[in-house]
Amino acid sequence: MSDDGGSNVVPGREEAGYDDATAPSGGFRKGSFGVSGSGDTSGFGGLVRVEPGGAVALHSTERPYGGWFDEVTDALIEAVGQATYDAAVQRVLVDRGEITYFVAREHLLTLAQALRDDEALRFELLSSLSAVDYLDSGGPAVAPGRPRLHVVYHLTSMTYRRRIRLEVAVSAEDPHVPSVTASYPTADWHERETFDMFGIVFDGHPGLTRILMPDDWDGHPQRKDYPLGGIPVEYHDATIPPPDTRRAYR
Amino acid sequence: MTTTQDPYAGSRETTEGRVYTVTGGDWDATLGADPHENERLVVNMGPQHPSTHGVLRLVLDLEGETVTKARVVIGYLHTGIEKNTEYRNWVQGTTFVTRMDYLAPLFNEAGYCMAVEKLLGIEIPQRAATIRVLVMELNRIASHLVALATFGMEMGALTGMTNGFREREMVLDLLEEITGLRMNHAYIRPGGLAQDLPEGAVGHIREFLEVMPKRVADFHRLLTGQPIWQRRLKDVGYLDVTGCLALGVTGPILRAAGLPWDLRKVEPYLGYETYDFEVPTADTSDAWGRYLVRMSEVNESLRIIEQALDRLEPGPVMVEDRKIAWPAQLSLGPDGMGNSHEHVAHIMGQSMEALIHHFKLVTEGFRVPAGQVYVPVESPRGELGYHVVSDGSTRPWRVHVRDPSFVNLQATAAMSEGGMIADVIAAIASIDPVMGGVDR
Repeated sequence: MSDDGGSNVVPGREEAGYDDATAPSGGFRKGSFGVSGSGDTSGFGGLVRVEPGGAVALHSTERPYGGWFDEVTDALIEAVGQATYDAAVQRVLVDRGEITYFVAREHLLTLAQALRDDEALRFELLSSLSAVDYLDSGGPAVAPGRPRLHVVYHLTSMTYRRRIRLEVAVSAEDPHVPSVTASYPTADWHERETFDMFGIVFDGHPGLTRILMPDDWDGHPQRKDYPLGGIPVEYHDATIPPPDTRRAYR
Repeated sequence: MTTTQDPYAGSRETTEGRVYTVTGGDWDATLGADPHENERLVVNMGPQHPSTHGVLRLVLDLEGETVTKARVVIGYLHTGIEKNTEYRNWVQGTTFVTRMDYLAPLFNEAGYCMAVEKLLGIEIPQRAATIRVLVMELNRIASHLVALATFGMEMGALTGMTNGFREREMVLDLLEEITGLRMNHAYIRPGGLAQDLPEGAVGHIREFLEVMPKRVADFHRLLTGQPIWQRRLKDVGYLDVTGCLALGVTGPILRAAGLPWDLRKVEPYLGYETYDFEVPTADTSDAWGRYLVRMSEVNESLRIIEQALDRLEPGPVMVEDRKIAWPAQLSLGPDGMGNSHEHVAHIMGQSMEALIHHFKLVTEGFRVPAGQVYVPVESPRGELGYHVVSDGSTRPWRVHVRDPSFVNLQATAAMSEGGMIADVIAAIASIDPVMGGVDR
């Protein structure tokens, strides 16, 4: 993590010719070892590098998406109506043969129900539900208006043998997402785990309690601002610091 | 001689000392007419090993012997593996994920490595893919044997347990010979494998292929035809296809409900589409069907292993790209497995550039282009999915594991509520959860 985690101004962005509008997914990173304030005298700590890609790709793929992606998208538009689709799906990204729909949380349940029940869609199985914390993941991802917590749904259609991904982004200040347990009962434990680990509150969940951590635990361990923890270990007269304070190449 | 009135036991003094008269039978008056009415009992099962599944706690509401409510409490084996991977480089991730579902370590490694390879956009050599299939199917047999062995133990058929673990030991010996370790192998690495098959391994696997079908037949003779075994399993832990899909249940449980959903067939990877094997199913949707499906899958895995051995061609087991491939061949030294002596001599005595390259790759690792992928593999317990996110650096930004045990264990309540308490054990044994994978 860089030392300017909370601020949105990354030093050197003007010099590097950075432009929000044109850069597809770029990010910035300071230093080379991911550690700051450690008295690094190598000079690498002052490096500012333009990353070829940040963690979050911010562009949208233009249609046609190719393959069955268009079929699914058309079927989804037909199932929920063009107006709802336009309001619900903020952008679509096709990358490495996988399609991701970035969904506004207000319309998540409508989409989930349609995806499960529509004859042309039939995503019967919610394979996986989790979240990713994009805090400090490089330039544009932490800009205002770009929420850091992304809830990720992996849906599988056993009928058509297709997989899609839905992503709902929320901020840490307002981490509310409607629960999909009504459409997909399997989401029960997934949502509890995501609440436990990321503090995302799934409204409408039948019993949103911690599942892996003890009930009285403070904090949400898989958020990026939650330290890994650990103690220094002595080995052969040398002290090895805990993993999150070791020097590492970023 | 005096008699004192005592609500519990009257007593009187005799020449032999004090004598108590203990009476009872007033429970009807205390509890009302029917003492068995509204008898609700909350029983806490665990937290401890139900057998070798790991630490699991069940809270059961009972009426008599009937379970009216089953709640599953997990988290006792939570070790934060997902978060830990974010603090290690991409190759080190393998050593973490292999410890999640410790009965299926090679599936974890394969799923993780295939996700990293998809992010990198690289193809692994054919020989590496074949050996991956080979070791995964060996691992599937070992995992199913544990499932069957613990199933036997939990049903009180202890010979099933000892037989199962004996057979599993044969597989573990093979895996030890191939990878160097019985469990937690870290054998599959991004880009291929840590090392090629050792000399003699193929012969030993062929010997195993000779022996194992007989052992499977023994297992059938020992358990399948046994009336007690059948009565304990049949119509127990019922969950049909609709229930499975709603609860996200995959693997042998789903196949025992009649749906031939096996990712090796429906979304083939590592060339599974070129192997000739069947997807065993049952139509009973109960613990009995799951038992039979697992038994048949052992046979199918043996078929796949045989085909994999037949098509093994000499060749590299790691990608050619020197920016990804581990620079050294591993070999067994006096102090255990390590970089080969030739490699150490080369970097220390002959080539400064090779030393720099080795140092950079080992300490810094390689960078993986930013993006996210979801890669599922068919583990012995169902869909094992790896959702891996990269921000373009030398470490994963996020690794989420969709562990089949975690999802399947949710079905406990659906399978056991309304049944007898003894059938809860059969239902959970038929799910075959591994808590290392559930809690991660």
